[in-house]
Amino acid sequence: MIETVIFYVFAVSTVITATAVVTVRNPVHAALFLVLTFFTSAIIWLSLEAEFLAISLVLVYVGAVMVLFIFVVMMLDINVARLREGFVRYLPLGLLVAAIMLGLMLSVVTSDVFVLDLASEPVPKPADYSNTKALGGVLYTEYVFAFEIAAVILLVAIIAAISLTMRKRSQTKYQNPTEQIRVRKADRLRVVKMPSEDK
Amino acid sequence: MMTLTLSHYLILAAVLFSISIAGIVINRKNIIILLMSIELMLLSVNLNFIAFSHYLDDLAGQVFVFFILTVAAAEAAIGLAILVVLFRNKRSINVEDIKELKW
Repeated sequence: MIETVIFYVFAVSTVITATAVVTVRNPVHAALFLVLTFFTSAIIWLSLEAEFLAISLVLVYVGAVMVLFIFVVMMLDINVARLREGFVRYLPLGLLVAAIMLGLMLSVVTSDVFVLDLASEPVPKPADYSNTKALGGVLYTEYVFAFEIAAVILLVAIIAAISLTMRKRSQTKYQNPTEQIRVRKADRLRVVKMPSEDK
Repeated sequence: MMTLTLSHYLILAAVLFSISIAGIVINRKNIIILLMSIELMLLSVNLNFIAFSHYLDDLAGQVFVFFILTVAAAEAAIGLAILVVLFRNKRSINVEDIKELKW
């Protein structure tokens, strides 16, 4: 009973905030609405007993990805009015495409083809069951190869993001440690031989 | 109606996915909103995975969501980096301004 109420409250708020993401004028507001969408879906994930993923959705998405989004949106000087051109013109087309997609998906989901056996709520896990421990148990044994590939993907993302955005400024003065270490006495010091002078 | 079934979650995910599709069509000029719509799509797909994982009592779905989160974070980081470089060169993030292969 209480699960049903929680589901409906947060499902409705997820849909409302998701609609706001794609319709508000200001990209900063859109990013903040997306943060709210992630929060409400994390609560729905919690009610589905996926505690670790719910927490990591908040930590990774809200804490890292959305902060990056807001940072970029605020750093760029965007002409909002020009980006809004064609909003009204494409609105009917967008609604049509969305309605067709929704109708197709709902016709599959609400038919009895593959959800008939899964209609009942599974037995809740005992209180001392740890979702994180269970997930780690399969992640580091059965899926360890995929886990390593995920690590490599993150490394590639780091290198790509840094190398894309790094730029050399010609005016900036900076030290070159390699040259500093390799310097020799002869490069900088010149001993001048000269006779002593009279007063 | 009062007990939750798998269909509830699947319908919610379908609605979220359709909203993000509409967002991509409506906001076709603004790359930032396009990226956000893609994140919304990934969120709805993840909701499907977690719902099936819960109702089938199989952890493989949650492991897959973990990998999707990883790849989505990498995608967002690289996408925003490209966006910053683009804005530095063109002073604009309008999709219509990106029509040359080289400049």
